[in-house]
Amino acid sequence: MKFLDRKLIKIGAEAKTADEAIKEAGEMLVKGGVVDATYVDAMVSAYKENGPYFVLAPSIAIPHARPEDGVKEASVSLIQLKNPVTFGHQSNDPVQLVFGLGASSSDEHLTLLRRLTGLLNDRKNVEALMNADSYEDIQNLLKMER
Amino acid sequence: MKVLTVCGLGQGTSLILKMNVEQALGGRGIQADVEHTDVSAASSMQADYIITSNELAESLTEHDATVILVNNYFDMDEINQAIDAHMDS
Repeated sequence: MKFLDRKLIKIGAEAKTADEAIKEAGEMLVKGGVVDATYVDAMVSAYKENGPYFVLAPSIAIPHARPEDGVKEASVSLIQLKNPVTFGHQSNDPVQLVFGLGASSSDEHLTLLRRLTGLLNDRKNVEALMNADSYEDIQNLLKMER
Repeated sequence: MKVLTVCGLGQGTSLILKMNVEQALGGRGIQADVEHTDVSAASSMQADYIITSNELAESLTEHDATVILVNNYFDMDEINQAIDAHMDS
């Protein structure tokens, strides 16, 4: 299980479109060795097919695909965008935080989602993630959550 | 009482919503069986209530269940208010 490890976080990413942002969040998971490249394609396809419903809250998108699309390990990456990007959501655009979710069918998937929900249910944490300048800022935030 | 939380794939988003909906229902002492699923499976499943986003609700207008909309899945205030507006505790 990999939850926002140093290698899975990028601060000040320069993606300009929703597609680019989803790909970038997915590529972090590929580089981290937790998903196959096929999973990133499936994340983008899911957006094209089902729309931007995964923009779950103002500024926050959680793109993902299905475990069978190529997940090796339950995981969450984060792309903090330098400039917010429009995903086409009626009330939660524009997006600044993109959490790439490597959805697994294991119990770890539930554990990951519980931690992510615990973190993001507090709007103060969301503000802190949007304003973070370095991995250390985020690390401090995650330590407080535990 | 049967409640469905619905998203596009039934893997992530609907599970997050399920967690927060269960918390809200628990806080109100409402007994309910909450299940998460994807939008195509949901149309053939029996339920009293369906909780989902505006984006997906349009595909569920034919369903017998009362559809409850939530825009911010991480805002417990919004989820609590949405439940209060539609369910009796």
